[in-house]
Parts: sequence; structure tokens; C-alpha cells
Amino acid sequence: MSEKKKGELLIDHNHDGIDRRGFLKCMAWAGTGALCVMQGGVLKSYSLSRLSDLGAKAAGELSFVQISDSHMGFNKAANPDVVGTLKAAIDKINGLAMPPEFMLHTGDISHLSKPEEFDTVDQILKGASAKDVFFVPGEHDVLGDDGKQYLERYGKNAKGAGWYSFDKKGVHFIGLVNVLNLKAGGLGTLGQEQLEWMKADVKHLKHSTPIVVFAHIPLWSVYPEWGWGTEDSAQALAYLEKFGSVTVLNGHIHQTMQKVEGNVTFHTAASTAFPQPAPGKADSPGPMKVPAEQLKNILGITDVNYVRGQHALAVVDSSLA
Amino acid sequence: MRRSVSTAVLLVALGFGMAGLGAGTRHFSANAQLKPETTEVKIDNFSFGPGTLTVPVGTTVTWTNRDDIPHTVVSTEGAFKSKVLDTDEKFSFTFSRAGSYPYFCSIHPKMTGKVVVQ
Repeated sequence: MSEKKKGELLIDHNHDGIDRRGFLKCMAWAGTGALCVMQGGVLKSYSLSRLSDLGAKAAGELSFVQISDSHMGFNKAANPDVVGTLKAAIDKINGLAMPPEFMLHTGDISHLSKPEEFDTVDQILKGASAKDVFFVPGEHDVLGDDGKQYLERYGKNAKGAGWYSFDKKGVHFIGLVNVLNLKAGGLGTLGQEQLEWMKADVKHLKHSTPIVVFAHIPLWSVYPEWGWGTEDSAQALAYLEKFGSVTVLNGHIHQTMQKVEGNVTFHTAASTAFPQPAPGKADSPGPMKVPAEQLKNILGITDVNYVRGQHALAVVDSSLA
Repeated sequence: MRRSVSTAVLLVALGFGMAGLGAGTRHFSANAQLKPETTEVKIDNFSFGPGTLTVPVGTTVTWTNRDDIPHTVVSTEGAFKSKVLDTDEKFSFTFSRAGSYPYFCSIHPKMTGKVVVQ
């Protein structure tokens, strides 16, 4: 975390001397919480304690929330109450000053792809003020049946293994599937069929259209040694080069992390279930056990605002505490 | 060895009678090679241990998932495929032919291992 001032995480390519296309990431632990405002490709992050400084700038014409990695059915020491923490996330969403229009769930809805796990999540999500939820699958949602059950439940209007796109208030959203047909030794995979669909999907969009891509496994190389990346994501991102504003939202790594590269802002969301260690900071990416009183500080939700005409997506991470 | 073979034939004869003789013959030949050995592979911290295991033909290998996260044991070449193994669940496979059997976890494909059967 490159904290420049107390309470402010500033990623500003024009002032910090870091090459604009260079690699830059910011660990924004949800325990502090961060608001990210992207303007013309420059991302600024503020701790939640400074939200009052931003005032109306944080408001927008489109507001949505990302939740991720509910892992319903998980019951080990890292969090024996994933129902409780998902409900806490929904309470947090229902308490937002600006009610979100919809939610994105970036996968690992369930822990073991059991019908009752999906049922429980569906039931809890009904308690949210935002009624529409757009899903993409995580690897835990397609266990044993190559995603057949997932597709029946969540992919009725989707193409292929569950990919689709939709438009909201001038923003084009693309939901991708990168958790199927994984090869030994490899990373997440989109596959040729999906890539071709995506190429055609964005072909006729204006370059000024803000794009939000969401998928479970990060579409950037967070830490390939732990499988935290997608083999053919470079091809997908190449289709988005012509667009002025691209935001990529992922889950999978159970921690918030951001990176700006050219026109693309990458962002991973916290889990609502259990935290995972920072890349390389443990023997494996397994669930991280933290003292119970700290758990809700490292679980969370992501609130995203879009301000039309400003090319701005404001990304807010808040913890469940 | 001789004794176990005749025991097997006797059990088959008792179990299936004359009608089961064909099936019993196959059972007989599978068991006749070696007294099967069992060898363990532990799944810990998103890795298979030992990563490479060398066993004689006829060995039954048992994988046990000791992680808090589910894993699978899937042959890269299609020789075997476990169901999803939750914590402490096991999968066993008997290797009846010599060869090299690379495998991986289809959920976390960075996890790879190999069984060499001699």
C-alpha cells in the first residue's frame, strides 16, 4: 500500500513519476476502506474516512455494487458463519446513501456447487434493496458438472458457458467466464469461442462508451504462481484498446487490489466469506485465519458509481465492520 | 501367493456360483499379479505430496485432501478422475499398468503431480 498521506491512497500517474503504462498496484485493505475515482484513466483512491471531502463528486448517474466469493457452504475456522457475513454485506448495501441500481456477483457463489448452497445465497440476496443481480461463475460454482447447473440457474440469457453483455445508462457491461476447461499447470481460460463473441460484441460500440468487464479470476497477472491470472486475457483486453474508459472487476483472490494500465483500471473485490493471504505471503492461497473480531474488517463489498460525461467510475470498497 | 489365489477363486465360486464364473476369471487375473500395496498422497497447502510417486504395478494410491478448500485429482490423459474432494475426503485408484501418469487439480490447475508405475 503506497499511503502518501494519512487517510489518502493516491494513485496519480501525472504526479508520482511512475510511467503511465507501467505496472502499479495498490493494496487497499478493506479494513480501512477506499473510494476510487477514475478520471480519464487516472485513478484516485481515498480512505472512507475522507468521503466527506468528495461530497457530490462521488455521486453519479449509475451506481452498482459488486459482491464476490460468498462460498456458501464453507464452514471452516477462517469463517464458520458465511451466512452471517453475506447478510452483513447485504445490510451494508441496503444502508448505502445512494441505493445501487443492481449488483454484480463475481463468482464462487457456492463452495461446493451444491443446490442448497445456491438456494441459500439466492434467498439472502432477495433481502437486498437492489433486486437485479448479474452473475459470473467461479470455479467453485461449476464443480462436477462443468457448469451445467450454474447455467440452468443463472445463465438463461447467456451465451456459451454463461457469458453475456448488457447496457445500463450508456455503460456497456460484459460478463465473462474464465473458470472452465482449465489445463494442467495453467491459469484461468476464456477460450476462443468466448473471445470471438466478445470481439463481435464490442465491435460496433462507440469509442467513448465506458466499458465494465467482470469475471471471476483476475484478467491481469496478480500472481500466476498461485493461478491468479487468466491465460488469454491479453487477447480480450486487446479488443478494448480503442475505448477510452475500461474497468475490469474480478473476485477470486479474496482481497482488494487495484492496478491502472493505460485505459484500463483493474480492480479485485473482497470476499464476503473469508480472506486469503497477499500474493506470496503464505505457503498457499488457502483461507487466512484472522482473529474473529477482525474478520469483518477484511470482508466487504464494492460500490461503483458512474458519472456520465466525466468518464469516471468511482469504486468504493467498504468492509463489513 | 498360491494360497491367496485359491482363496479368491473359492470366494468367487461361493459368491456367484457357476453363473459368475466369467466375471470371476477377470477378478482372478487382476488380483493375481501382486499383493496390492497402498500408498498415500497428501494434499496440503495447495500441493500434492509427494509430487512424484513411484510405485510397482498393482498399487492402489490414495489421495487425501487435508486443505480447507476442495480439490480434485484428475489424470491429464484421462486415466482417472476423482469427484470433488472436500476436506479429509479421499480418492483411490489402482494402477494396473506400467507408465507415467501426470495429474492435476482441475479446480486449481497450478497443482500438478505424477505417479510413475513400474
